[in-house]
Amino acid sequence: MKNNRPDSRPVFLNLLRIRQPVTALTSIGHRISGVLLFLSIPVLIMLLDRSLSGPQGFAEVVAWGEGPLIKLVLLLLVWAAVHHFFAGIRFLLLDVDLGIDLETARKTAKIVNMAGGIGVLIAVVVML
Amino acid sequence: MSAGASGYRAWLLQRVSAVYMALYTIFFLFSWLAGAPANYFEWHSWMGSLPVALATTLFFLSLLGHAWVGVRDVLIDYVKPVELRFTLLMVVAFAIIAMGLWVVKVLLMGIV
Repeated sequence: MKNNRPDSRPVFLNLLRIRQPVTALTSIGHRISGVLLFLSIPVLIMLLDRSLSGPQGFAEVVAWGEGPLIKLVLLLLVWAAVHHFFAGIRFLLLDVDLGIDLETARKTAKIVNMAGGIGVLIAVVVML
Repeated sequence: MSAGASGYRAWLLQRVSAVYMALYTIFFLFSWLAGAPANYFEWHSWMGSLPVALATTLFFLSLLGHAWVGVRDVLIDYVKPVELRFTLLMVVAFAIIAMGLWVVKVLLMGIV
């Protein structure tokens, strides 16, 4: 593409080096967590099915949840669920014009971003 | 623009399902805090009661409707080649319908 327009400006779009506003992190986190949760749905239904199939199936699901690698995956999903839950509530409130001014929107975005981490900490304590 | 093409229905489905899932999640967490099922029989009798089984089935159907709108948005945003986008959308749509039938079988035809 020719770049000889008088108003042409340099383009710098390395997403890893642009400092994203806190509200953008909440937003992309909502999207990433949503995709992760979507991928976990069949596993969740499978576990529900197995756990309700009989005492042996129930014991299998409980034992499955004790695996260290599984626990790490579960922690990731706890982050996804908690972030998605609170970011979603924030978006619902924004829909009805609550917290729409920039200062409040930044504050609630920070709270939402922290909630995911707090959820993971609580999950770690529960798992130990 | 027709109502179907405006995206209003998808927008509304996303929000109504979100509110239902939030309420169900709060109900689920509180009933587990009050006493998580300790064994298969407690778990089965709790999930097998008609109100809980229905509420949980509705949770999963809301989840699947919600996921359809969300994943559809993600695919439309990031997958540009039309054939690939269409194929992925169809795969997701069939998977979502299959999961919906599966959960109805597990919760309403299996244990209630």
